[in-house]
Amino acid sequence: MSTNQDRVALPPVNAQRTNLTCHFCIVGCGYHVYKWDADVEGGRAPHQNALGLDFRKQLPPLAAIMTPAMTNVIKDKDGRRYNIMIVPDKGCSVNQGLSSTRGGQLAKVMYTDDGVGKERLRNPRVYVGDTWFDTSWDDALALYCGVTKKILDSDGPSGLVFDCFDHGGAGGGFENTWGTGKLMFTALKTPMVRIHNRPAYNSECHATREMGIGELNNSYEDAELADVIMAIGCNSYETQTNYFLAHWIPNLQGGTVAKKQKWFAGEAAAKGRIIFVDPRRTPTIAVAEQVAGKDNVLHLDIEPGTDIALFNAFFTYVLEQGWQDKDFIAQYTRDFDVATNANKLSLDEASRITGVPVAKLRQAAEWAYKPKAPGQRTRTMHAYEKGIIWGNDNYLIQSALVDVVLATHNVGRRGTGVVRMGGHQEGYTRPPYPGDKKIYIDQEIIQGRGLMYTAWGANPFQTTLNAEQHRGVILRRAGIVREAIGKARGASNKDKVDVIYDAVKNKGGLFVANINLYPTALAQAAHVLLPSAHPGETNLTSMNGERRCRLSEKFMEPPGVAKADCLIAADIANTLKAMYTAEGKADMGARFAGFDWKTEEDAFNDGFRVAGTSGAPPIDSQGGDTGHLATYARLRAAGNNGVQLPIKEYKDGKLIGTEMLYMDGKFSTADGKAIFKPSTWPGLPQMVADQKAKHRFWINNGRVNEVWQTGYHDMYNAFVRDRWPMAFVELNPDDAQSLGVSSGDVIELFNDYGSTYAMAYLEPSTKKNQTFMQFGYWNGIAGDVVTPWTDRNVIPYYKGTWASIRRVGTVADFKNTVTFKDRRFS
Amino acid sequence: MGNLVSRREFLKFTGGVAAGAAALPANAEVAPPADTGAAVLPYKAKMVGKAGSLAVNQAVSFTFPDASSPCALLKMGTPVLGGVGPNQDIVAYSTMCTHMGCPVSYDGAQRVFKCPCHFSIFDAEKSGEMVCGQATENLPRIVLKYNDKDDSVTAVSIVGLLYGRQSNLL
Repeated sequence: MSTNQDRVALPPVNAQRTNLTCHFCIVGCGYHVYKWDADVEGGRAPHQNALGLDFRKQLPPLAAIMTPAMTNVIKDKDGRRYNIMIVPDKGCSVNQGLSSTRGGQLAKVMYTDDGVGKERLRNPRVYVGDTWFDTSWDDALALYCGVTKKILDSDGPSGLVFDCFDHGGAGGGFENTWGTGKLMFTALKTPMVRIHNRPAYNSECHATREMGIGELNNSYEDAELADVIMAIGCNSYETQTNYFLAHWIPNLQGGTVAKKQKWFAGEAAAKGRIIFVDPRRTPTIAVAEQVAGKDNVLHLDIEPGTDIALFNAFFTYVLEQGWQDKDFIAQYTRDFDVATNANKLSLDEASRITGVPVAKLRQAAEWAYKPKAPGQRTRTMHAYEKGIIWGNDNYLIQSALVDVVLATHNVGRRGTGVVRMGGHQEGYTRPPYPGDKKIYIDQEIIQGRGLMYTAWGANPFQTTLNAEQHRGVILRRAGIVREAIGKARGASNKDKVDVIYDAVKNKGGLFVANINLYPTALAQAAHVLLPSAHPGETNLTSMNGERRCRLSEKFMEPPGVAKADCLIAADIANTLKAMYTAEGKADMGARFAGFDWKTEEDAFNDGFRVAGTSGAPPIDSQGGDTGHLATYARLRAAGNNGVQLPIKEYKDGKLIGTEMLYMDGKFSTADGKAIFKPSTWPGLPQMVADQKAKHRFWINNGRVNEVWQTGYHDMYNAFVRDRWPMAFVELNPDDAQSLGVSSGDVIELFNDYGSTYAMAYLEPSTKKNQTFMQFGYWNGIAGDVVTPWTDRNVIPYYKGTWASIRRVGTVADFKNTVTFKDRRFS
Repeated sequence: MGNLVSRREFLKFTGGVAAGAAALPANAEVAPPADTGAAVLPYKAKMVGKAGSLAVNQAVSFTFPDASSPCALLKMGTPVLGGVGPNQDIVAYSTMCTHMGCPVSYDGAQRVFKCPCHFSIFDAEKSGEMVCGQATENLPRIVLKYNDKDDSVTAVSIVGLLYGRQSNLL
């Protein structure tokens, strides 16, 4: 057997084939999973392998993607070994046969005894004394539910705090948001819940929703049809890769002109142009310049946090030029005057605030908003993500942006849309949140409130703001409980519950549970770990950034006794129900009824498919009132193309979906009219401005192409870990010289809120006194230096912090093995 | 998807190599089966150049292990990971991108290989490590041996799977 990874086993023609939607980013690329006996392989002739490709000779370029990372050997519960191969589906309209560097490794990260996933939780674990021990579900649930019940009975639901996912894909999906939501909101009835990436239970898109525009309102195909794409605070080559490659680039290359002419007869059609709004020259901008030519790319490199001023200036300039759609504004919107009065800002003033020359601002406005000809409105798609969502401030930037979009009618027409690009896939179906205000949960914990903390598919140690203080408090409070448990030798679960309750109620402790694939950094604090499963090991439905819902099919068992989150939620509910029933408390027992699920499909049918049906309780579901039409069988038949929610009907054996929202001019408000909002430029928040005054470097931060989220798989994946052994910080070379820093050095970033370490990476396009740090990583935590400031809806300004930097030293290993070449294609 | 690179651009990048290679019979340079216990596939060693005749930072094209597998030989001028020769600075890589097989071009200024199709970048000085891109594997590294008696550099095996193959040996 070769040790050089220079051959793979091909699937034989009779290999089992199932569909898998990539469970990493929002795009949700379609893949095929082949599974077959490990001792068998297909032949090289096209009729001898399931791929139908001729491997007797060299395949030509672009024929297929099939790499060693797309293969693995797994072991099922029966002990039999199987080869798996997970390759992109050419028939999927989303990715059209492309794979990203993340999705291309779906097979590699599936659980095996000795592979990337070998550190997965196979069994529940409890912390005893000073170490972890594996235990049974019954034992772990007796402890978890025993503490839960004690707190619920003695202190009410507000003692029970959750940090829980709300999305689709791995660690999410309609089944699992429903299972966890039903447990938290209708059974436990706790309002003390935050979401995996933010410190409260809130939307990332309050303003646009209040204005009547859901944030996922077009199709990926609209990016092919747009005259102009305005990409605001999104870095799509790295973070929505195949949406960018398969749908944006063809437009930027002129490959969709004929399509535009066909769709919009009589209208001027040309190769697409693109405007980037981003303080940083991202790798996406570099790629766009390659494919579109520099003349078709505008980069508005605004000063950090000045987006509101930019969009207010566009709004004002559009009105000055008379480019607004007066009929649309009159017929389909209201409060136009409110925005007109509040948002006034000249190009000159905007130039002073944003640092972008007036001529460039004017050129951008002309590209995006000047009608192509009388009666021919430019079709401009506005794409945004974390630059706005984690910006200054979320609510006001979205207001300012959507005001411009409404004024120019760039929503509800094909080739337009004002859409977030997304991080995870979506997959939300939950009972209504049982609270009437947004609670800043991190501050509650810091101030000593809350008695029990369940991190569910979430890692606040790596991904929250003001993270150092937050982590420190949890570790300290959890330590009080650990100490108490350590002294309770030989205690039964009943006695342990009393010991733990005493520690949390009377001694300032916090009981911590972590429900996840891996132990993660939360294991430093936790007392119970419960093992969950991810797609491939469980059936799962989610929707992507164009609301495309697919069934990602189970093809192997989860490791050990791990199970889907919805079934863990059911186990918790059923255990509590049994406890209350045993005490004769039927009313409390009834609160935990309705979790009689054997499979994840039962959870899907209980939530997503009940929403909006006659007699159903209130359910907030992205499937809307027609989710009941989507059975597992129908979704399975719809394959990797699935159906775009909301479903219109089931006809002739097919689910018929919705490509674009608001084409009828009816928006998501009570009277159907879209609402303009005031968004006067507020300047930087004082707390942030204070850090800027004291510290030299802007610490911009965000995701990087090669890493998915917290690196929960990636920290064990040599391909990724070798590339990024530590979170990196891009530095201007002159700044680096002044600090005595070179690429590969370890540096400390510090300010009034915390400090973190990172690996320096000199990047010539980085502006002086600006940096960019990888966010959410396991080795170097950007959130440690992020201020606790949030907007009115408790949405953080992760992107806005300033810090000082000092050189710590050199790690020879980084210098020797890590590449520090320019990541921007030239 | 195929319209990411126009046909004209594509031919410019391939230089006709791929087309010529496709016409060659399969198994043109395949060695006999491995002896029992071989740790690598039975590659047939191939002399690819003389260390003394290589100019620093000038890529030299060759094929290995057969005519349809284009590779590049490089003398970096300073010792690098996996380098051979008197200065431990000679390396070689496959020039088919591991993602979808597009021909990567060598950028002497940055000393990286770049793929025109989906913009992956690989570092010639760090064992072909992906700098940024959509590949899931670094650039396959051609394992070289240097013979100081005659100054020859010989390709002996490959670390990593070549694009578009079930096995590096057809």
